[in-house]
Amino acid sequence: MTNIHSTAAQMSEALSEGSITSVELTEAHLVQIEKVDSKVHAFLHVDRENALAQARDVDAKRKSGEKLSALAGVPLALKDVLAQKGVPTTCGSKMLEGWRPPYDSTVVAKLKQSGVVILGKTNMDEFAMGSSTENSAYGPTHNPWDLTRIPGGSGGGSAAALASFEAPLAIGTDTGGSIRQPAAVTGTVGVKPTYGAVSRYGLVAFSSSLDQAGPCARTVLDTALLHEVIAGYDQMDSTSINAPVPQVVTAAKKLDVKGLKIGVVKELSGEGYQAGVQQRFNEALDELVKAGAEIVEVSCPNFEYALAAYYLIAPSEASSNLARFDSMRYGLRVGDDGKTSAEEVMNLTRHEGFGAEVKRRIILGTYALSSGYYDAYYGSAQKVRTLLIRDYQAAFAKADVLVSPTCPTTAFKLGENVDNPVAMYLNDIATIPVNMAGIGGMSLPCGLAPEDGLPVGFQIMSPAMKDDLMYQVGGTLEAALVSKWGKTLLSEIPALAGK
Amino acid sequence: MALSYDQAVEKYEPTLGLEVHVELNTKSKMFCGCATEFGAEPNTQTCPICLGLPGALPVVNGRAIESTILIGLALNCQIAPFSRFARKNYFYPDMPKNFQTSQYDEPICINGYLDVEIDTDDGKMPFRVEIERVHMEEDTGKSLHVGGETGRIHGADYSLLDYNRAGIPLVEIVTKIIPGAKKYAPQVARAYVTELRDILRSLGVSDVKMEQGSMRCDVNLSLAPIGSGALGTRSETKNVNSLRSVERAVLGEVIRQSNRLDAGERIVQETRHFLEESGQTRPGRSKEQAEDYRYFPEPDLVPVVPDATWIETLRGQLPERPSARRKRLQAEWSVPDKEMDSLVNAELLDVVEETISLGAEPARARSWWLGEVSRLANEREVAPTSLITASSIAEIIVLIESGELTDKLARQVIEGVIAGEGSAKEVIEKRGLKVVSDDGALMKAIESAIAASPDTAERVRSGNIPAAGALIGAVMKATGGQADAAKVRELLLKHLGQG
Repeated sequence: MTNIHSTAAQMSEALSEGSITSVELTEAHLVQIEKVDSKVHAFLHVDRENALAQARDVDAKRKSGEKLSALAGVPLALKDVLAQKGVPTTCGSKMLEGWRPPYDSTVVAKLKQSGVVILGKTNMDEFAMGSSTENSAYGPTHNPWDLTRIPGGSGGGSAAALASFEAPLAIGTDTGGSIRQPAAVTGTVGVKPTYGAVSRYGLVAFSSSLDQAGPCARTVLDTALLHEVIAGYDQMDSTSINAPVPQVVTAAKKLDVKGLKIGVVKELSGEGYQAGVQQRFNEALDELVKAGAEIVEVSCPNFEYALAAYYLIAPSEASSNLARFDSMRYGLRVGDDGKTSAEEVMNLTRHEGFGAEVKRRIILGTYALSSGYYDAYYGSAQKVRTLLIRDYQAAFAKADVLVSPTCPTTAFKLGENVDNPVAMYLNDIATIPVNMAGIGGMSLPCGLAPEDGLPVGFQIMSPAMKDDLMYQVGGTLEAALVSKWGKTLLSEIPALAGK
Repeated sequence: MALSYDQAVEKYEPTLGLEVHVELNTKSKMFCGCATEFGAEPNTQTCPICLGLPGALPVVNGRAIESTILIGLALNCQIAPFSRFARKNYFYPDMPKNFQTSQYDEPICINGYLDVEIDTDDGKMPFRVEIERVHMEEDTGKSLHVGGETGRIHGADYSLLDYNRAGIPLVEIVTKIIPGAKKYAPQVARAYVTELRDILRSLGVSDVKMEQGSMRCDVNLSLAPIGSGALGTRSETKNVNSLRSVERAVLGEVIRQSNRLDAGERIVQETRHFLEESGQTRPGRSKEQAEDYRYFPEPDLVPVVPDATWIETLRGQLPERPSARRKRLQAEWSVPDKEMDSLVNAELLDVVEETISLGAEPARARSWWLGEVSRLANEREVAPTSLITASSIAEIIVLIESGELTDKLARQVIEGVIAGEGSAKEVIEKRGLKVVSDDGALMKAIESAIAASPDTAERVRSGNIPAAGALIGAVMKATGGQADAAKVRELLLKHLGQG
């Protein structure tokens, strides 16, 4: 019996068998959103009418015998940082309240083309800056495992929607961990593909050289199915990779890691890592060994500079990317009384429209790019980036994929770190190097930490353009763990999810 | 007592620097597919990319790169094997992203030169202007500030913005500092801009219409006491929009700065606006505190890495250098310097060359274009070439040479062609403008004229040849001007025993 707790792959099968229609499936998810989202707050905008119209369209096409793609008719939650024509796109900011883009991002265009039903836009830290969704101008999202805890960020809305069965698929974006960290703390799967694998056209930029959209779901296979829908060369994005998309669905189904070398990154463990996190991570490694993989230790000595360099590059690019929000053409406008100068209206609008964290990063970035400081800050950070790439090259010479805990801890309490930005930033210590080097990274659940009963994320990193390798290892590990537990991790989730 | 220009250059040595912005005539904009037509309805040639909407990304126009490389090659520059775009960050309402995508420390063309010729007291002299760089950037939108005294944003009641121009490809050509021009600095500036304009036109990469703004010149000028070897503080006169203004701006600044220096005042580093009416400049923005544009490499674009063979192909496509062509044509046509200058200044070289290639005798081709056609064009305040084609003029000249038209008739034919009465042949046909060359008909008219003025005829018979003028005039009148005056003279004198 297909229901909201099924995987996207199961839904896809039921749809093609005709045992359920896309309208029924979409309505079931809209009912669940209705039921739980007042508590979870995963969505900023539920696009009921459009979703049902899309579902009807897919059903009609299926009825007429048209050949449909694998995910046609399956619902999806879209992070509110991707432009969707005519649908509010706020990026979690007051600045863009009420803005309806006149165009579709490439990701949205591909989803529509494949018949994926877009349920609505999910909550996020303002302009994707944060690790908890507490920086959303529209209030935080709550972790479905424990409503007093953070769902991760910036894509907490997408991850929470998956964990609370409001959607079987979601799109996230990952600049320093915004797909993987929310996946880790909600017990879901999230993938940041190789930089350039998924077009950035229509993704409202935070840090252009780091931003990457990717698939989120509850299983590795579902993530792979979505990956193949959204990836591919796009001539609208100059940084898009002009090469065939790796066969990630085939890789996710392989369930075999015999002979693969798995590198454990020495620097991504130890001090600062919660005991239960480390324990579940080690247990997962044992499963990979049982499945025939070889574990090797690798060292990436420059990782210790990754966080600092990231907090120069990302804010620098953000300070320039966010300059366009000046009230002149769209979005919020404050103080325009006919007497105030344009410059002053820009100032007032930016003062009121941006939240504290966004302002902090704009100031940081503006400073780092200033003449006289550029070489010491932005320049040095770019050098660190080169060193990180070299660290990965050396590590990938010894191992096919690299692994680490996705985050040092499980989900912390809402409000716990809001006044301590550095503690908040440290949550992304294991995910940031991946963005800095432009390689692929995945997080999948590897158990609940014994001390708090909260999900732990297992991160797999694969070399650039070899995203299929992390799917192969992730799929194998997932199957081994589920068979060991006798159930999926999310079946453990409290009553909220409403089994 | 204020210094005159001549006094000024006896005391001070001017150092020039010229920055020329050229709008390329590509069909589409620098980073999107929008049209670039001049004079379209405001904001009709825009899209999410050139409006800088959230999420939109630039893609470089390959034709713009090709044009820029051609310009670099024509200016004897090295073409960088690797160059990058950079963001120039500053806030202004007509800049959709609040940064301009430009090039900074890695321009596409560097280290070139342009040889020009100037008129000196000792005749024409060559002068080499060294080129620092040629780089690509995008144009901004256009602002129209309504109300207020100055027409500037400060004090305006409101401003209108037209983004049709935003994103049009611009090439900036920057000279190194130009020392040694001495009192000829105004001529050097004008000769450089003129030669540059001619080169750009011959390359076909821009309309180079200074009055429409598709070519704009900024004049940097500083003075230092002669023999001091020092470099003075410079002023930057913006948007000097005609060749004559370039010369006048240099002259005006030399006078202004020398008088300040003489009075013991310092030169303020600032931008200045050229005033067309007075030839003087008024102060603009101070540049004493250099604005910090926080340049950094544009992360949304990949570096420009032109293929070496492609560059050589482009080099092979360079047209003949305009100055070399002028020299060649002058020799071929054996034209005196002064007349050549007139042809060049009237922009008639191309059309005269074409007229000659269609069979017209060079001297006649020049004199018809410079004389009658230019006169008619002046009356109508249009360009001579917009009135009539080279082939019409060539056809008329051929008829003159064969004696089928007189100069007087030819003028009527030209008038008819301009009036739209058809081709030269058709006008001759319709207006009946053939030369009367039938001796019988002419003799009849001559006999009538003699009969009408027997006294005059008698004076001619008795050797007063100049008296024949009156009789020739009468014959010409009688034939409606269609007789060949030389022929009439010949027949008349013979008839009166003077042939």
